[in-house]
Amino acid sequence: MQVPILKQGAYLIATVQSALTDEDLKQLRDALVGQVSKVRARGVIVDVTALDVIDSFATRTLRDVAHMIRLRGAETVIVGIQPEVAFSMVKLGLSLEGVATALDLEEGLAYLDRKTKGHNHEVRTHR
Amino acid sequence: MRFALIADEVRVPIDSDADIVSARQKGRELASHCGFPSTDLAVVATAISELARNIVRYAVHGKIILRVVDNHGKRGIEVVATDDGPGIPDVALAMQDGYSTSGSLGLGLPGTRRLMDEFEIKSDFGKGTTVTVRKWKR
Repeated sequence: MQVPILKQGAYLIATVQSALTDEDLKQLRDALVGQVSKVRARGVIVDVTALDVIDSFATRTLRDVAHMIRLRGAETVIVGIQPEVAFSMVKLGLSLEGVATALDLEEGLAYLDRKTKGHNHEVRTHR
Repeated sequence: MRFALIADEVRVPIDSDADIVSARQKGRELASHCGFPSTDLAVVATAISELARNIVRYAVHGKIILRVVDNHGKRGIEVVATDDGPGIPDVALAMQDGYSTSGSLGLGLPGTRRLMDEFEIKSDFGKGTTVTVRKWKR
């Protein structure tokens, strides 16, 4: 199950539609890291609202995505972690330390706007 | 078996990472059918995911057996993850947070123990591993 990645302005939005296998997660990671450079995105939102399980592999992959994208100079925010998923993650001992999270897509966009504001402004003044 | 078995057990062969997803979906269905609250559905599904991944990662092939069990009127779900893989040389070490021989986060077994109410592990070096976990309805 491929995850569609949409470009909206300076951001990429990946919306997970259904359960992902480990292979799907790796594909998503590679696609996002590749796309960020290709379209010169400033920010990435990964919407995981549809995921009913975020286990150790998914957590590690999401963390890797955020760290790789940061190395490329862009920001990542994970949105829509369901309450029961959050509960299971904490019990399992997982955290998304160093990774921005937000309640939903709207909050995620607001976060990216705040984080990349200075950057966009800088780009504009150069034009 | 220590507990009365309610209805037929569900057996899910685990041979690839796609099977991890189907095992946890079947476990979730069974727990939902059993009347577990949604938080526990996520907990059971997450535990199954970790156990099934251990099979794929270390033993390659194995199976997950899902059962609805009864203990004096208290319903629960039992998950057995079993394989004929290489076994775990040091179970105590494998139960420690952060210990992994595969470069993973090393939270699978200790994390699964935290998620579930009961946890038993039997591993014969060179012969295989069986992990049995249960979650009881509150």
